[in-house]
Amino acid sequence: MATDKKLCLSGRGVTKVFGIGRQKLTAVDHVDFDFHEGEIISIVGESGSGKTTLAKMLLGLLSSSEGEIYFQGQKRDIRSGRKRQEYWKNIQAIFQDPFSAYNTFHKIDTVLLDCIRMRGGKHLPQARKVELMEEACGFVNLKYAELTHKYPFELSGGQMQRLMIARIFLLKPKILVADEPTSMIDACSRATILDYLMKLRDETGMTLIFITHDIGLAYYVSDTVYIMERGRFVEHGSADSVILRPREPYTRRLISDVPKIHEPWDLSTVVFA
Amino acid sequence: MGHTIRQVFRSGKFVVGFTILMSVLLVLVVYPWWVPEPPLQILGQGTFFPPGIYVSAYDASNAPVLYTLNLRDAADKRIESRLSQEDRLAMQEWLVADGLAESAIDLADTDALLALWEEHYEPDRRLPGMTFARMRYYQRVDAGLDSLRSAGGGEILAARNPETGELEETGMVKLTDYANISQVANVRILPLGTDNFGRDVLTQLVAATGVSLLIGFVAGLIATAIGLTLGLLAGYIGGWVDDIIMFFTNLFTVIPTFVLLILISFSIGQDQRGAITIAIVIGFTSWVWTTRSVRSQVFSLRNRDHVNLSKLSGHSLPRIIVADILPYIASYVVMALILQISSGILAEAGLSILGLGPRTTEVPTLGLMMNWAMIYQAHVLGNWWAYLPVLLTIALISFSMNLMNTGLDQVFNPALRD
Repeated sequence: MATDKKLCLSGRGVTKVFGIGRQKLTAVDHVDFDFHEGEIISIVGESGSGKTTLAKMLLGLLSSSEGEIYFQGQKRDIRSGRKRQEYWKNIQAIFQDPFSAYNTFHKIDTVLLDCIRMRGGKHLPQARKVELMEEACGFVNLKYAELTHKYPFELSGGQMQRLMIARIFLLKPKILVADEPTSMIDACSRATILDYLMKLRDETGMTLIFITHDIGLAYYVSDTVYIMERGRFVEHGSADSVILRPREPYTRRLISDVPKIHEPWDLSTVVFA
Repeated sequence: MGHTIRQVFRSGKFVVGFTILMSVLLVLVVYPWWVPEPPLQILGQGTFFPPGIYVSAYDASNAPVLYTLNLRDAADKRIESRLSQEDRLAMQEWLVADGLAESAIDLADTDALLALWEEHYEPDRRLPGMTFARMRYYQRVDAGLDSLRSAGGGEILAARNPETGELEETGMVKLTDYANISQVANVRILPLGTDNFGRDVLTQLVAATGVSLLIGFVAGLIATAIGLTLGLLAGYIGGWVDDIIMFFTNLFTVIPTFVLLILISFSIGQDQRGAITIAIVIGFTSWVWTTRSVRSQVFSLRNRDHVNLSKLSGHSLPRIIVADILPYIASYVVMALILQISSGILAEAGLSILGLGPRTTEVPTLGLMMNWAMIYQAHVLGNWWAYLPVLLTIALISFSMNLMNTGLDQVFNPALRD
């Protein structure tokens, strides 16, 4: 574990409770975590384990019911609108479903121009803006000239997700929360998306928080793995230690659930909960 | 935007509703060119003249050319139209008293009735139990019939000589004289007759429809504007803002709107109530359900990823509401507006019929026309033209707007598309 690196985002007793009384649901239950700068962290768990809720709290889109989140060693303060906007210059996200992530009334230009504006490029000459957008699209192998007057829904899912990465390319945040960025994409585009994501990470050196239900994928991309079960982190550590030497039965189950192409599924090892 | 509009006009229901509404608006624009009189001008002395073409009797008999037409059934028709139902019943009464069976007398067959009358009537005979006045009445009926039948020549027109003061013959209107209606100086068509004050119902109806639509439109705009603003704020900001707004919304939901409307209208007082005042009062009491439904729509929108993305792109709250929430509920708001306009018109009609509508001296509204018809008992007297066209107009406007609304719903709600 990269303990010599600076702390980037950490949490103590972070909890989210939805509803009250009998309908009370604890989505995230007193979790502690330390994410270091430049790391790739995977948060793995099955659906309903609270991954997305935690991601939204990290992003500041949801407030936590209890506990504190620390950003770069300081207690995070995002109570005012201005402070939130400042925070979002440092942390960005890629959402699970590219089809619902864009405002369908705005052209693609608008999405990218927003990023340039956020990086303080509001008053740049038009030619420079176009240059930046061309560069960003080029990074994910999209042709800006073909996209400029299109609406997001005119693209394929893979293209939309690549555009999302182009957006991050323009914003260059310190932290990126990728919430299952490939789960709605077909298998062929999936590898491409992951490649661009890794390429972007290598170029910018940002912290990447990768949320997935696929422990195989987590092993493939990450340095550190957090295993989440019913709102709690049950196990965490380096990818090698967690996945090759799992201690928890839940982790073992997640690993056994990964389909293997080269051997027939051994259904006897699957625990039906 | 253009795409959406094209989509909307492909919906049959919307197009039908839209066409009806546009036709109504076209009539509102064109009609004043044809009849430029003020709608509340009193034309007739008397109440509830039936619909029809009114020809000046003076101008007809003094037409530049009178034509002679020998029509075979002219005399019969003349007697038939002069002989009122009351006279016919009286004749029947006489004949029955004279010993005829009631079933042998056909009141509709004028010829047969007259033949029987000729045969049985004796002017000097007094039937048992008949008053003297009744006897005189029969003599008058008989004399009238005689003069109708014997008026071979026609009637003499006379005027008083200004010097001598004597009546002098100025002309003669023969029974076979006809005037061409296009040569009669004064002809007035009253397609829907006149109302209780002797005002042209159609002219009034056209003006009233315009005023009522304006009231509906203003009321609808106000209600939708309030409802939309409160709904957006409550739904998007949530928390204590939502609590406060919903407190007032629930309060207004529990109080029956129409009762509130009546109380406010009443407290404003008859003299202060103009058409626009009424529209504003209606608008301020009917925003409730728009607020509730906009709020619940915004609730489901505010956690969508595109809103999150907009937040992450550093957009301010007003900009997120305007650019990321509003376009998604715009179609719904347009539908709500249409329904609000339609219910605004109905609310005005409801208020006015109770006598709490706009003051009666300036402009007619559909509700006021109904109010007048009701006060002067048009429905009891069978003067259908004073209220039925008004009812049909209200129904037509409501129908067209609801049709547009259903059409829009089909376009915007994919589950209803066929």
